[in-house]
Amino acid sequence: MIRIDVVKQLSSADGILKAHFELTIRDREFLTLYGPSGAGKTTLLRLIAGLEVPDSGSIEVDGTVWFDSAKKINLPPQKRSIGFVFQDYALFPTMSVRQNLLFAAQNNQQRAYADTLIEMTELGALSHRLPATLSGGQKQRVALARALVRHPKILVLDEPLSALDPTMRQKLQDELSLIHKKLGITTLLVSHDIAETVKLSNRLANIQTGRVASICPPMDFFTPHSLSGKLQLIGEVLKLETEPPITIVTLLVGSSVVRTVISQNEGESLCIGKHALIAVKAFNPIILPLS
Amino acid sequence: MNSEFLFTMVLTFKLAAVTTIILLFIGIPLAVFLVFSKTRFKSIAETIVSMPLVLPPSVLGFYLLLAFSPASFIGKYLTSHGIRLAFSFEGLVIGSVLFSLPFMVHPIQSALSQVPTSIFEAAYTLGKSKMETMIRVILPVIRHGLVSGIVLAFAHTVGEFGVILMIGGNIPGETRVASIAIYDEVESLNYAMAHQYALTLFAVTFAILLLVYALNKKSLEGMR
Repeated sequence: MIRIDVVKQLSSADGILKAHFELTIRDREFLTLYGPSGAGKTTLLRLIAGLEVPDSGSIEVDGTVWFDSAKKINLPPQKRSIGFVFQDYALFPTMSVRQNLLFAAQNNQQRAYADTLIEMTELGALSHRLPATLSGGQKQRVALARALVRHPKILVLDEPLSALDPTMRQKLQDELSLIHKKLGITTLLVSHDIAETVKLSNRLANIQTGRVASICPPMDFFTPHSLSGKLQLIGEVLKLETEPPITIVTLLVGSSVVRTVISQNEGESLCIGKHALIAVKAFNPIILPLS
Repeated sequence: MNSEFLFTMVLTFKLAAVTTIILLFIGIPLAVFLVFSKTRFKSIAETIVSMPLVLPPSVLGFYLLLAFSPASFIGKYLTSHGIRLAFSFEGLVIGSVLFSLPFMVHPIQSALSQVPTSIFEAAYTLGKSKMETMIRVILPVIRHGLVSGIVLAFAHTVGEFGVILMIGGNIPGETRVASIAIYDEVESLNYAMAHQYALTLFAVTFAILLLVYALNKKSLEGMR
C-alpha cells in the first residue's frame, strides 16, 4: 500500500501551479495516470521516485516512510525501491544490453535474475549489442528489464510507449501486461492512450491541474454514462439541417463522419461545434473484425 | 645529438605530462561544478577559467612572478617553508596549470552538458551513488571530451612560451623548455639548433594529435 499526500509548487507554461496530490495505491495494482500534459503526471512520478522533493507532505510505502516533511525524512532515490522507465529510455550508451542490466544488479542472485529478464523480454540475441544499434521498441524493452533487476517495490513508467509505432506499441503492451501478471509488481504508468489504459490498468487516476480529480476503473472513466445494452459515442456536431418535422444532423465521431435523422425538437437542443452524446440501443449489434 | 638538447626535450614533455595529469584531476570536478551548480558565483568561476584564452600570457606570468617573489605575502609564506617557485620547475607547473586550464575544462564541460539528465537519474534510481555514477557511467560517456581535454592541455603546455619566459627564465635543465630554447638559439643566430628543436616539436606534436584523432574516430564508429 502506498500513501501519497504531497504539495509541490510547479512552474509550468501557464504560470505557477500549486500541485497537491493525494492518493492511495493498492498493492500489486496497475494504476494509470491519465490527464492533459502539464497537469503534473510526470512530476508525481518523479516525486515518488525521489528525483524531485515535495515542498511538504508525506510518502509512505508499505509502512516505510520515504518522505515526511514534518519529520524531516527524505530518502534519496538510491534508497527507494523503485524501477523507473524513462520516456527517453536513458540507457547507458557505453554498455551493452546485458551490461546495462548487470549494472543495476547488487548481488549474484540479481545478476542471475538479469539473465532471466533478458530471456523473458526476448533480448537474448541482442544482449551484446550497444543501445545505439537497437530500435525504439528494443531499447524500451531493455529499459523495462533494467528497471526490474533490483526487484523494486514499485515500477514506474513515464509514457514509455508514446514514441513507438502502433504494432510495436501493442506488442509491448502485451509484454507489460504479462510482466505485471507474472511478477505482481505495483505499477504506475503515465499514458495518453485510451486503448492502452483500458487494456493494462486496474484503476485510472485522472490528473487535472495538479490534483487527482478522480480515481476509478478505466472503463468507468471512459464510459461514465454507462447504461447496459446501449452503444454510446461522443461526437462533434458539424451540421444541422432542419426540414420539419425532422432534423438531419452530421457528426464527427472519431475520424468518421456520421449523418443521421432526429426529430426537430431534439435538433433544437444541439449546437454546431459542440459535443453531443449518441446513444443507440445496441442489443446484439453487428460487430465484425476488420482485415 | 647533444645532451643539452635531450635534457630540454625531456623537460618540455615532463612539464606537459605533469601539468596534464594535475589538470585532469582539477578539470573534471571543475567542469562538473560549472555544468551542474546553480550558485550565482558560477559566472564568476566560468570567467576566471576562461581568462587565459584572451589574457596575454605575459600578464599572467607577471602576476605570478610578483606572487612568487619573496617580497610578496604568498612568496614570504612559501620561502619561510623552504619553497621557491620563481625560476623553478614547480613554478612552471603552477603557471602551466593555470594557463592551460580552459583547454582541459572546456571540452569536458561541453561533453558533460550534452549528457541527458535522465542518464544520471536512471543510475540514481538503480541505487548508484553520485560518485559511482560519475565514474562508471558518465566518464565513459564523455571520454571523447576527456581525450580532447588531455590532448589540448598537453599540446598547449608544450607550446607555451610567454608565461614560462616570465616566471621560469631560461635555466638549462631546470626551466629551459623547447619553446624558450628555440627563441634563445635564434637570438644567438644558431639556426641549426633552432631547427632541431622546432622540427622535433613539430613532428612529436603532429604524431600525438594524429594518433589521438585516429583512435577517437575508431571508437566513435564503434558507438554507432
